[in-house]
Amino acid sequence: MNSKQIKLPMIDDHQTAVCGLGEQAAVTFGDAAGANWVTGQLETVVGPIYQVSTELDYHDRAGSAKTRCGIGRMNYAIPPALYAIGKPDKTSPVLVSANYKLSFDLLRRELTGLDLWVLVIDTKGINVWCAAGKGQFGTAELARMVVCTRLPEIVSDRTLILPQLAAPGVSAHEARRQCGFKIVYGPVRAADIPAFLGADCKVEPSMRQTHFTLRDRLILAPVELVATIKPLIGLTAFFFLLNLMAMLFGRNPVSPNLLPGQTFSDLIPFLIAVLVGVVLVPALLPYIPGRALAWKGWVLGMFWALCFSLFAASNAGWLQSAAYFLIIPAITAFLGMNFTGATTYTSLSGVTKEMGIALPLIIVSASLGLITLITAYFV
Amino acid sequence: MKYTYLKDVVTLQMDQSKCNGCGMCLDVCPQQVFTLTDHISAITDRDACMECGACARNCPQQAVSVRPGVGCAYGILMDKLNIKGKCCGDTCGCSLDNIPDS
Ligand code: SF4
Ligand code: SF4
Repeated sequence: MNSKQIKLPMIDDHQTAVCGLGEQAAVTFGDAAGANWVTGQLETVVGPIYQVSTELDYHDRAGSAKTRCGIGRMNYAIPPALYAIGKPDKTSPVLVSANYKLSFDLLRRELTGLDLWVLVIDTKGINVWCAAGKGQFGTAELARMVVCTRLPEIVSDRTLILPQLAAPGVSAHEARRQCGFKIVYGPVRAADIPAFLGADCKVEPSMRQTHFTLRDRLILAPVELVATIKPLIGLTAFFFLLNLMAMLFGRNPVSPNLLPGQTFSDLIPFLIAVLVGVVLVPALLPYIPGRALAWKGWVLGMFWALCFSLFAASNAGWLQSAAYFLIIPAITAFLGMNFTGATTYTSLSGVTKEMGIALPLIIVSASLGLITLITAYFV
Repeated sequence: MKYTYLKDVVTLQMDQSKCNGCGMCLDVCPQQVFTLTDHISAITDRDACMECGACARNCPQQAVSVRPGVGCAYGILMDKLNIKGKCCGDTCGCSLDNIPDS
């Protein structure tokens, strides 16, 4: 069996690997060389296969932390290939995963003590769920990688275990027709994989359900907060200018050295509104009444505007108070609506409907609020 | 716990006369929308459907149909404004990294 080894291109450049269906070629070896998660090589009939660690080390954790904060999220890919966990043989199960490093890390850290194959397919560095929804984790790519890695020569069993969340992208019956492997959808969570394998690939109903715990709901908060930095800088500039104008032309001139302090204290209710929208809305999601997320955001925003007007700005004029009630809930409603993308249960039809109603209201409320606020500075 | 979004909006449809009772739709649905009774699948929690499309794609009998899509306001907005390739980008929350999905 003299295999032609071809080198896959670097993953970061988002090209498709050159291994077409039906072509007899092994996926290289060389790509993952030197990666911190490679522990050795396993000799197989098609050549050496990288063995992968089931422990995450400092590099993996630092990488995850960085991606969680939105730094280099798109370049966090690993080479698509067949990898070994432990010392798998012909009869070992084959798990399929995306080539997003975080997905791969979450999978391998649950596999300690097991002997199995992990087929990492090219999902352009996108996680399983997103890639399945957008087509990168698809039937054709799966079949292509089966051929590329010469999997049929390595294992005798003709079964592939896919994450359940890959199902929107993969057609099980179609994949079987294309590559001859039966598709079994495993549990939603990687943590359930050992139990699933131990139970002869039977999935308990509880393993089928997506969970959306407090931790899950808050894990994207850092990324979302980073995304609000730019608008907040704009808001700071806005308040600075407003105070400057009020100082020059307004009724109650403040002295120039009070300008920075005044700008900052004007910002506070809105800074907290952003925190309410990005942190509190997700955290309290199941407990806020109503269904639409913009509504949930609006409710908490109203609550914050009320607290602020009652306890912090009780001596503010009615115009200023009105501005708070118009702007703050608009901000939190928008952020709540934005959170639809991070949930595990919102549908396209639902979000489209919600946006159709909420977005015009948010825009009107925020615009009226801004006009009121500006007016409040000069009367 | 299972979250449910808006009422009566999803595009999910089923033609029970085509169903052979294989149970694949129950296997792939992350929202437990279907129930299998007497070897025929039925939609029993329609409002829980998130239109992921897994059932339609994996039903060997083409008994289920749904317009699949991502329920992401940011993505829909970018689509409407015709800004391409912005979804799943650096600041998008739509990558469900939080699901340890392997
Ligand atoms: S996947 Fe299709 S054929 Fe199978 S049980 Fe569901 S609806 Fe019936
Ligand atoms: S589209 Fe997804 S969520 Fe809706 S019923 Fe089908 S598998 Fe379940």
